[in-house]
Amino acid sequence: MPHINLPFEFPGIRSLFMFRPETATPLNALVQTLLHNPHPSLTAGERELIATYVSGLNNCKYCCNIHGAIAQHQLGNNAQIVKQVLANPDTAPISQKMKSLLKIAAKVQLGGKNVTNQDVVNAGEEGATDIEIQDTVLIAAAFCMFNRYVDGLATWQPDDAELYDKMGEQRAREGYLTAPFKVNRETEDLSTL
Amino acid sequence: MAHIKLLNEDLPGIVGLLNNRPETAKPLLDLAETLLRGPSSLTSGEREIIAASVSYWNQCHFCHTSHAAAAAAHLKSGLGLIDEIKAGLPNTPVSEKLKALLHIAHQVQRGGKNVTEEDIAISREQGATDVEIHDAVLIAAAFCMYNRYVDGLNTWAPDPIEAYAEMGERMANVGYGKF
Repeated sequence: MPHINLPFEFPGIRSLFMFRPETATPLNALVQTLLHNPHPSLTAGERELIATYVSGLNNCKYCCNIHGAIAQHQLGNNAQIVKQVLANPDTAPISQKMKSLLKIAAKVQLGGKNVTNQDVVNAGEEGATDIEIQDTVLIAAAFCMFNRYVDGLATWQPDDAELYDKMGEQRAREGYLTAPFKVNRETEDLSTL
Repeated sequence: MAHIKLLNEDLPGIVGLLNNRPETAKPLLDLAETLLRGPSSLTSGEREIIAASVSYWNQCHFCHTSHAAAAAAHLKSGLGLIDEIKAGLPNTPVSEKLKALLHIAHQVQRGGKNVTEEDIAISREQGATDVEIHDAVLIAAAFCMYNRYVDGLNTWAPDPIEAYAEMGERMANVGYGKF
């Protein structure tokens, strides 16, 4: 049960956005900018993989599942890449540049001071730009916030993979700013607001 | 020196990062403004103490010192508050409610799942509302982001606390993103 009285029909961060619209606005604008809006060089799928990976490291079920589903839909419905990145980025079918950025993201998850100059030099040698490194650090840092927010208030986090798939497909297509689905807690069926 | 080349190397801490990337600066500043200066039953001084405490626990010198200076500006307490926050506020009058919310913030700093039902029950006994508990959790979570952003890119920060006095006044009385 959530630690505070949250709207019943919305899972994870969506229940928090409904509870406190004042903070939902900048939080949603941040995730839309970081993950969905056009980026100089990282694809939406690559950025969603970073978000998914960090959420996995933080053991946040809702964030890991929903961003994993969004990543899958941003990457041509390829669920295998998401699974392999979560299991071990070093052996996943992603670029060397992405592997070096995920290493930086993992260091940020533990604490900002863990990122070394060598980590950044390595990423540069694999072709990462300064903007890509800056945004990777911020995506990793932002998910250390979102994960703590979602788990710190003990939000409802469904188990049904199909539900995450439908919500993920919607976010990959529409971005983050449109109305969320309502979820029937008994049947886990979705309806539009 | 920062891990990446910034447009203006003279700007300290998060300021250099915000200046380097205006697209993400806007929501980051709007979030800080809403959390720390927006309408709330917690005073801005109380909220800045939560922000500064979490930043201290994360060992982020720039965020701890600047937000403690902002708290000092709100509370007109003098810059001694910077070291007081490090020590856990032994000589500062702090309500039992704020103490309970600071404990929740400390749990969040270590990881969201650390917050227990008992932590919440204790804060309610001290009069904390659902919105106040929500805001304490989100402020703590947000500073786990800002601190990692500032330190993950190894930004430059002034060392002596006197350098933060004017910054704290501006954060408290002018606001975030209104330079």
